[in-house]
Amino acid sequence: MREITFLQAIQEAQREEMRRDSHVFIMGEDLRTNLFGATGGFVQEFGLERILSTPLSENGFTGAAAGAAMVGMRPIVDYTIAPFMYCAMDQLVSIIAKSTYLYGGQAKLPLVLRAPMFYGRSTAAQHSDRPHPIFMTIPGLKIILPSNAYDMKGLLKTAVRDDDPVISFEDSTVWGHRCAVPEEEYLIPLGEADVKRTGSDVTVVAFGGMVPHALAAANELAAENISVEVVDPRSLVPLDKETILTSVKKTGRLVAVDMAHRTCSAASEILAIVAEEALWDLKAPLVRVTTPDTHIPFSPPMEKALFPNKDKIITAIRQTLE
Amino acid sequence: MELDQNRLIEMYRRLLRIRIFEETVVTLQSKGEFPGAAHTSIGQEGEIVGACMALRDDDYMIGNHRSHGHPIGKGADLRGLMAEVLGRKTGVDHGKGGSMHLADFKIGSLGETSIVGSGIPVAVGAALGSKMMGTDRVCLCFFGDGAANEGAFHEGLNLAAVWKLPAIFLCENNLYAATTPAALTLAVKDVATRAQAYNMPGVIVDGQDAVAVFGVVSEAVRRARTGQGPSLIEAKTYRYLEHAVGLAVARGAYRTDEEIAQWKKRDPIDIHRSALITNRVAGEQEVIEIEAQVRAEVEAAVQYARQSAFPDAAEAFDNVYSNPIPITR
Repeated sequence: MREITFLQAIQEAQREEMRRDSHVFIMGEDLRTNLFGATGGFVQEFGLERILSTPLSENGFTGAAAGAAMVGMRPIVDYTIAPFMYCAMDQLVSIIAKSTYLYGGQAKLPLVLRAPMFYGRSTAAQHSDRPHPIFMTIPGLKIILPSNAYDMKGLLKTAVRDDDPVISFEDSTVWGHRCAVPEEEYLIPLGEADVKRTGSDVTVVAFGGMVPHALAAANELAAENISVEVVDPRSLVPLDKETILTSVKKTGRLVAVDMAHRTCSAASEILAIVAEEALWDLKAPLVRVTTPDTHIPFSPPMEKALFPNKDKIITAIRQTLE
Repeated sequence: MELDQNRLIEMYRRLLRIRIFEETVVTLQSKGEFPGAAHTSIGQEGEIVGACMALRDDDYMIGNHRSHGHPIGKGADLRGLMAEVLGRKTGVDHGKGGSMHLADFKIGSLGETSIVGSGIPVAVGAALGSKMMGTDRVCLCFFGDGAANEGAFHEGLNLAAVWKLPAIFLCENNLYAATTPAALTLAVKDVATRAQAYNMPGVIVDGQDAVAVFGVVSEAVRRARTGQGPSLIEAKTYRYLEHAVGLAVARGAYRTDEEIAQWKKRDPIDIHRSALITNRVAGEQEVIEIEAQVRAEVEAAVQYARQSAFPDAAEAFDNVYSNPIPITR
């Protein structure tokens, strides 16, 4: 089977959905020049009418996407980089998350909001955000955060076809990861986790760019006969808590890895669910591996020390085995 | 679209519908039947109805927290609106939205959104969608003088102009954002002046004269529908009651009794009624009958609401998503 990169998977998913449904269109900054590689050849194929390069008006064009969705279009909004979403918080929260509810089901908002996350590349505090936890707590949104090309393509296609607003947080640290991706069409449903590696001693829940680190940790510990199970939720909302709970009930140990800051991270939510619903199955305290509650500095040695990595995950796993 | 005799009489009917609906709301609130805050449009009926009647039934409209008048102006059934503001499951939003968030998608009312300014980008989007789908529908957006200072106003107008969208931005300048005078917060005297910054026509109109508003909005609708892009209209108008009924604002705190009295001399209902009679479009008796009919209509809407059930508690979990995903594993 052919292999493609995570970024190519995004391109393919968008291209296929644009071809499939003429209501799908893409809006964002610098799309026409394909500045970030997700729209290569799109203007030639789909025209300027369906590839809208926007002014720097995130709140304005986010609202425009909402309005267009309400009257029957299916926009994909590309934020270029996740923290630019903050400029659009009113439209994201007050309009997009709430309109279906507020108007008693009269409004349908089939939107995809794509937000690449950059971190670990000296982009500094304002450009290194991993904001998925902020949006997890707002009802009305769905969130995908895939770790590899195969999941990315299948989830993004599903997201475009979903009649609800779906935020796709795209971890740029895995942009270059290659894996086998079928050429034939396939979809991956939201709300279904994937066990990336079966094991019996400890469950590591990891998503996005954390998955390669978790798998590397698991491979290293296999040499010591420590059997690590890696569960990738793939979507954070809805969250497949059943798969996570089944795994923890089997292993009795949990390490949740999240590239977000520690407080109120997705990892925190996962720990809370496990504490509520599987406490008596636990053999060890729950552990989170997250970025600490500080801002991301510019200088590379300072920055690199902050994010979760294979070694920190190994340390956490050992903690549960003490 | 012409304003023939029938339409002029329908205009009167809709003006009265808003007035009587709102007066009834005030009464219901004082009796404790109307939950929450009531942001009434009493005094603003002229600009609302004049604008709405310049739209086709399939054109889109978006408004704000002062929401009752807009869908009424566009021809919504009063029963669904009254049931909604009284919190019943038969309301247009099934009790989810209430007074500040009326919507009736069947008649193109895409929702009244209560964060000031937030409707403007959405209206831009509805216009964008219309253009992309190849329809000739336009979208009219109601907002106030306060909203003209929100970033969303500026981003929205610029977007509509750059993409040449069929949008009509209608500022209902009633001189105050809650208790803050526009004179103290607007860098320009007239909101319409801001149209120049976004390369679109900016027109000021007497909001108390429904026919005048109809004329100005019709021209903007014609421009929009023929692909000539958006327009900004500023209707000078006034609300007689407080920002929200029941707000504890001392008399004279931010406006004088004289000012209110002065504006009441140019009441939009009186102006239109006089015009109907003077121009022999309707006689005195007919005008009285129309009012009686509208009163009966509003009363029937209240009865409909009172006879409707409140939503079940479980309904608080409905409509979060269009496509709820049951987790099966």
